[in-house]
Amino acid sequence: MSELLVNEKEIVIPGEEVAKGMDFLPSMGTFREGESVYAKKLGLLEVKQHVIRIVPLNGYYMPKRGDTIIGVITNTGFSGWTVDIGSPYDANLPVGESVRGRLELLRSDLSRYFDVGDIIVANIYNVTKSKIIQLSMREQGLRKLNGGRIITITPSKVPRLIGKSGSMIVMIKKYTNCDINVGQNGYIWVNGPLEGQYLVEKAVKLIEKEAHLSGLTDKVKEMLEKEGVKNE
Amino acid sequence: MSKRPDGRKVDEMRDIEAKVGVIEEADGSAMFRIGNTIAVAGVYGPKKVVPRHLEDPEKAILKCYYDMYSFSVPERKRPGPDRRSIELSMVIKNALAPAIFLKEYPKTQIEVFVSIIQADAGTRCAAISAAAMALADAGIAMKDMVAAVAAGHVNGEVVIDLNKEEEDIEGTSDIPMAYMPRTKKITLLQLDGKLPNDKLKAVMELGTKSCEAVYEVEKKALKEKYTPAESE
Repeated sequence: MSELLVNEKEIVIPGEEVAKGMDFLPSMGTFREGESVYAKKLGLLEVKQHVIRIVPLNGYYMPKRGDTIIGVITNTGFSGWTVDIGSPYDANLPVGESVRGRLELLRSDLSRYFDVGDIIVANIYNVTKSKIIQLSMREQGLRKLNGGRIITITPSKVPRLIGKSGSMIVMIKKYTNCDINVGQNGYIWVNGPLEGQYLVEKAVKLIEKEAHLSGLTDKVKEMLEKEGVKNE
Repeated sequence: MSKRPDGRKVDEMRDIEAKVGVIEEADGSAMFRIGNTIAVAGVYGPKKVVPRHLEDPEKAILKCYYDMYSFSVPERKRPGPDRRSIELSMVIKNALAPAIFLKEYPKTQIEVFVSIIQADAGTRCAAISAAAMALADAGIAMKDMVAAVAAGHVNGEVVIDLNKEEEDIEGTSDIPMAYMPRTKKITLLQLDGKLPNDKLKAVMELGTKSCEAVYEVEKKALKEKYTPAESE
């Protein structure tokens, strides 16, 4: 007999038994030992049919192939760049994956394209077992972001920041008149009027703090309405 | 049955208080108080390894720093690491390492800093319990929690959680234990003093039973950080 021992959306701690029996499949943040499924991290339990998953409440970004991320250039090399993506591992962005057309490496200065401190949107196209991360900017919409600044959020809370089909992020954009770009690594790029930027930061902090509670969109809306009056 | 110096029963621990998230800037943090002993732990990482040559391409390395503050004891302790604290740092590291999925974070380091701000015996156990909670709070993948408490043998009786007064009684032995409650494995077992052969089993039984009680406190503290009443 298989049974779930913890209710959905409840907080679990590492080592806690969440389900008994072979009918449940352990997914992200859980592991199986013997017949039972246990939690690996402090987080919220999520069950989809028979797949058990934990949404962690804290932790650094662990790179995954296919993620669209925001990064900051930290070094210019001979044939590419090193990018900080808010994870314990640095990412590599080769010239061939970012600059269009042919270019003579020996004769060109790569900092003409991206320089240290530049902010980019890129795609993770490969992560090796030893955590060498390769980025690509070949797809549409992947580009350098001019101006603005970076705010961070715990990566597992990014879905809350975006909301159901983008409802949360659209609302924040509307109230603050800011351009916002959210990477799946928890880096958020913001550009716009200064008051708006402060308001975005405040909203992000509120989401960070209360991501595990329900009724978040209403709470953020209330906060934005109260604080936003000054901007009108 | 003779009473203990502070009037506790032989299987009664001092009052325990635990709090998670006490250091804002740390990735994870916790405070653990048992009687007059207070330990504060901060966890940083996983992050890049410094110095680089210590890096392990297969798994994360765990670094622990145990520090007893100069004002934590009746007579001023010379600040900084000494022989005792270096040894305890190693002991704490070995007690925590089996509980962490180090292989999930190759090429990184996880740093654990434990500060004893008030000492009344049992500091290494308080440090382990605080550090385990801080690791969970940092969102690090763990197989199990670790709970620790010191058992002992005073005046011919098996007792739990000695304080400094009891520890100083002639002929006392002190047995600190760390225990993983899910897997029922012991990760730390030391003996200071002499213990009759036939008493060890009783001491360890009492020790594991009390570790289970410490685990319940840890569990409650971790869940409390995210209950709505707290975040208001």
